[in-house]
Amino acid sequence: MTVTQTAQDLRADFAALSVKERLGLLLEFSENLPELPTRYSEHPDLLERVEECQSPIFLFVEVAEDKVHLFFSAPPEAPTTRGFAGILSELLDGQPVQDVLKLDDDFPSSLSLAEAVSPLRLRGMRAMLARIKRQVTEKSS
Amino acid sequence: MPVAPDSLPKFQGYAHPEVLVSAEWLNEHMSDANIVVVESDEDVLLYETGHIPGAVKIDWHTDLNDPVTRDYVDGAGFKSLMERSGISRDTTVVIYGDKSNWWAAYALWVFKLFGHEDVRLLDGAREAWTNAGFEFTREEPVVSPSEYPLINRDDKTIRAFRDDVLAHFGNPLLDIRSPQEYSGERTHMPDYPDEGALRSGHIPSAVSVPWARAVNEDQTFKSREELAAIYEGEKGLQPGQPVIAYCRIGERSSHSWFVLKYLLGFENVRNYDGSWTEWGSLVGVPIVKGSEPGLAPAPR
Repeated sequence: MTVTQTAQDLRADFAALSVKERLGLLLEFSENLPELPTRYSEHPDLLERVEECQSPIFLFVEVAEDKVHLFFSAPPEAPTTRGFAGILSELLDGQPVQDVLKLDDDFPSSLSLAEAVSPLRLRGMRAMLARIKRQVTEKSS
Repeated sequence: MPVAPDSLPKFQGYAHPEVLVSAEWLNEHMSDANIVVVESDEDVLLYETGHIPGAVKIDWHTDLNDPVTRDYVDGAGFKSLMERSGISRDTTVVIYGDKSNWWAAYALWVFKLFGHEDVRLLDGAREAWTNAGFEFTREEPVVSPSEYPLINRDDKTIRAFRDDVLAHFGNPLLDIRSPQEYSGERTHMPDYPDEGALRSGHIPSAVSVPWARAVNEDQTFKSREELAAIYEGEKGLQPGQPVIAYCRIGERSSHSWFVLKYLLGFENVRNYDGSWTEWGSLVGVPIVKGSEPGLAPAPR
C-alpha cells in the first residue's frame, strides 16, 4: 500500500468511529508499536527527543535503498504518544523517501482525533512528523 | 453522610489531614455508598490502559477546559460533567493520576472553583495503587446517574488572573517550574516549534521552589515538617501571607497550591492558571532573568 492509500484508510477508520472508540483504536496502535531494536535501545544517544510531546518520546530514522525505516522509544505510561508513533510507523515505515516527504504536514489534524485527545496534544504528533521528515531529508541528500 | 477520613498517622500532621487518603484506605472504602473515585492524567489514554476498579475518568483538556475560550467549564458544564460522572454535591471524591498527581491536583483545584466540599487526593498518585499490591482493571465502571446543582464558578478565592498578579506585587509569589525555566535559559533548538512563551524568565520577586520538592521518590507528599522546612524555613513564606503560585499553564502550580493550602494550612493561596504561557507573552509586563527573584515593582 502506498502512503496516500494508507493515509486515506487511517482517516476513514478513525472517522467511522465514535469519539470513545477512537481512543480505543489509538490504544491499539500504542500497544502494537514495535520494540526498539537493541542497536538503538543500547544507544539512546542516537535518538532524537521530540520536545513538543508532553511525554518523552525519542525517534530515529534510517534511510536505506531509498526506503524509510522508523524507530521509536516511548514508555508504556505514555500511551497517547506511543499511539501517535504507532500510527506514523504504520503509515511511513518501509515507504519510499519521496512518498514520506510528500505526506501533508497536517496529516495528524485530519485523523478526527482532535475531539478525543484535544488539539494541543495533537501538536505532539505534528512535531513528530516534522522531525521524521527533517531526518529523512538530511539522510537522503 | 460524609465518608470518614483516613486516620493514617502521617496525615495527622498536616493542617487538613482529611484531604489525603492512602491506597489501603481507598481499597477498603471504594465501594462505600457516597464515594466516587476519579482518575485524571496528563496522558488522555492512560486510564484506558487500566484504572482503579470503579474509577471514572475526567480529562483536563476534554472535560475541564472550555473547548473554545481559554478558561474552565462554566457552571452548566461542571454540572453536566458531575452528573455524567455520578457525582452529587455531597459525594466524597477521591482523585488520583499520573505524574505525581499533577493533573489530579489540577482537577481538585477546579472542583474547588465550584466549591465541591469533600475532594481528596490519593497520596502517592497512580503508582500508589500498584505499589500497594492492588490491580488495575480495564472494566468500564457502571455510573449511577446523579443530580448536581448549578453552581457559579468562584474565580476570586483560589484563582488569580494577570491583573491580580500585577496588584499583588510586594506579596509573595511562588514559581514552581524547573530552575532552567525560572532563570530564563532556553534549550530549544533553532527551527523547532516551541509551545512556550515569547519571553523567558520569571515574574519579578517570585521565589523558586520546583514542585517536585514537595514529594518523595515514591510520589507521596513529604511530611509536614519537611514541607514547612522548605516553604516556610528556606523560602520564608508565612501561612498568614497571601501567596500566588504559578507555573507554565497552572497544573504543576495546582500541586504546590494544594501543598500550601491543605498540607501547610496557608489561608490565602491562589493559583495563577494563566501562568508563564500568558505572562511570558503579555505586552509590557516586567520580567526578571537569572536565578535571583529580583525586586517587586510597585503594584498596579
